[in-house]
Amino acid sequence: MMGGTRPDKYKKLVVKGKRIDGRKLDEMRPVIIKAGVLDQADGSAYIEVGSTKILAGVFGPKVLHPKRLLDEDKAVLDVSYAMLPFSTSERARPGPSRRSKEISKVAKNALEPSIFLEEAPQVMISLQLDVISADAGTRAAAITAGSVALADAGIPMKGLVSACAAGKIDGNIALDLCGPEDNFGEADMPVAMLSSNNEITLLQFDGDMTKDEVSKSLELVRKGNEYLWSKQEEALRGKYKEVD
Amino acid sequence: MSMLVQNMQYIKKRIAQGERLDGRGFLEFRDITVENGIISKAEASARVHIGKTDVVVGVKIDTGTPFPDSPDDGIIMCGAEFSSIASPDFENGPPGIDSIELSRVIDRGIRESHLISTEKLCITPGEKVWMVFIDIHILNDAGNLLDAAGLAALIALKNAKMPKYDSKTECVIHDESDGNLPLSDVSPVPVTLYKINGEFLLDPSWEEKAVSDCQITVTTTKDGNITAMQKSESGTMSDKEVMKAIDLSVKEGAKLRKKLKL
Repeated sequence: MMGGTRPDKYKKLVVKGKRIDGRKLDEMRPVIIKAGVLDQADGSAYIEVGSTKILAGVFGPKVLHPKRLLDEDKAVLDVSYAMLPFSTSERARPGPSRRSKEISKVAKNALEPSIFLEEAPQVMISLQLDVISADAGTRAAAITAGSVALADAGIPMKGLVSACAAGKIDGNIALDLCGPEDNFGEADMPVAMLSSNNEITLLQFDGDMTKDEVSKSLELVRKGNEYLWSKQEEALRGKYKEVD
Repeated sequence: MSMLVQNMQYIKKRIAQGERLDGRGFLEFRDITVENGIISKAEASARVHIGKTDVVVGVKIDTGTPFPDSPDDGIIMCGAEFSSIASPDFENGPPGIDSIELSRVIDRGIRESHLISTEKLCITPGEKVWMVFIDIHILNDAGNLLDAAGLAALIALKNAKMPKYDSKTECVIHDESDGNLPLSDVSPVPVTLYKINGEFLLDPSWEEKAVSDCQITVTTTKDGNITAMQKSESGTMSDKEVMKAIDLSVKEGAKLRKKLKL
C-alpha cells in the first residue's frame, strides 16, 4: 500500500497459489508464544510471528499516577506500543510517533473488553509492548502477546484477545501479510477478537477492497484468531508445566 | 465536559425505545452546510457544519524533498487541531491522541483511495516535489467530528488550486495559481456508525457520542469500494455488525456525494 517501485524479486507476490515465502494464501507465518519471560514484570509474554518479534510486559495493578487519570468506577489500562530503533530497516527514531500513539490507543481499546476493569477501581495496569523486530503485523502480534502478558500477571479476564491481519496481494485475499506483501500489496486489515464471545475488539483497514473481499478477509482472520487462541492458551499452560 | 449518569441512562433508555432526543431517525444526519474558499491565503479551504458541529479545513501547497522510497511522488500531510475554543474537553498544546487518530483515519481515506494524483506532483525527481498539507481545525464539537472533517477535507481538496512555481528562481508564488490540484474521480467519504445499546446511529450529538460503546468509520469511494476502516473505543462488534456498517456506509456515502455534489 506504500506504492513505490516494486523490486524485481517482488514483481509477482503470488505464483500458482504460493506466496513469496512459500506459504499458501490462508496460511499464517510460524507462531511462537511464551508466557512469563521477564523477571521484574508482574506478567510478561514473548511472541514471534515469522520475523516479527515482540516483548510484552505488565506492571500492576498499581497505584495510579498522575491522580487526575484515576477512574472511580474501574481500573485504568495504560498501553504503550514502541518500535525499538533497530527493529526496522531504516532506524526508527526512539520516542513516541503519531503512528505509535495511534497503535497504543487502538491496542488499549482492543484489550479493555477482555478485562474485568470494574473489579479493581482506582488502580492502573500498565502494559508495555516493545517491537524488537518488525516485519509487518506488529500491532496484531503486540496485542496477542499483550493479552498473554495480562493473563500471566493474574489480571481477572473474560477471555484472551488475539489479533492477526488479512490483506489483498495481487488480487488475492491472504492471511497474515509479511513485510514485502504489506508494502506492495493492495490492502491490509488487522482484526482482534475476544475468545470468550467471538466479538471484534479491533478492526482497521487501509487499501482497496470490495465488500465481498472484506467479508472473505473476516472469515480468514477468524480462522487465524482461533489458531492464535490455542497458541496463547498453550503458552500459559506451558509456563506451569515447566514448574512441575 | 461530563454528563450526569441519569442523563446518560435517559438517552440510552430513549434509544432502546427507538427514539433520539432531537427526534431524528437513527440513520438521519443533521443539516449539513458547506462554505467554500473562505480563506484567501490558502490554496483551498472549506467549512462544514453538521448541525452545530463546525469544522474548517485549510489546504496549503508548497515544495519539499520527496521520501527516498517514492522519489517521484508528491507528499500528503494531514493533521488535526482540536482547538480549546471548540470544547471544554480540549486542551491547548501538542496534538492529543483523539486528534491524532482522527487525522490518521482521514489521511488513510484520502491516501489509499489515491484521490490526490501524487505522481503528477513531481517537480525534479528525487529532489523536489509538491507537498499538500491538509489541516483540520475543529471550531465547535457538537458530535460527529470525523465525518464533518472528512467532508470538509474532500470539499477543500476538490477546489484546490496549485500555486505557481517559478523554475528560474526555484520559488513558489502563492499568490498566483497554476491550474487545479490533480485529483482522480473517487470522492472518498467517511461515514461513522456509533453503537449504542446494540443499535447503529449516524451523526451523533455530543451527548449521544458520550454514551456510545464504540464506533466504526468506513470510508468508501464512488464505486462503492472500501478504502479505510477504523473501529474505535473499547466496545466490541460482531462480524455481522461490521458487514452491516459497511452496507450502511456505502449507502450513506452515496447519498452524501449526491447531496453535496462530490
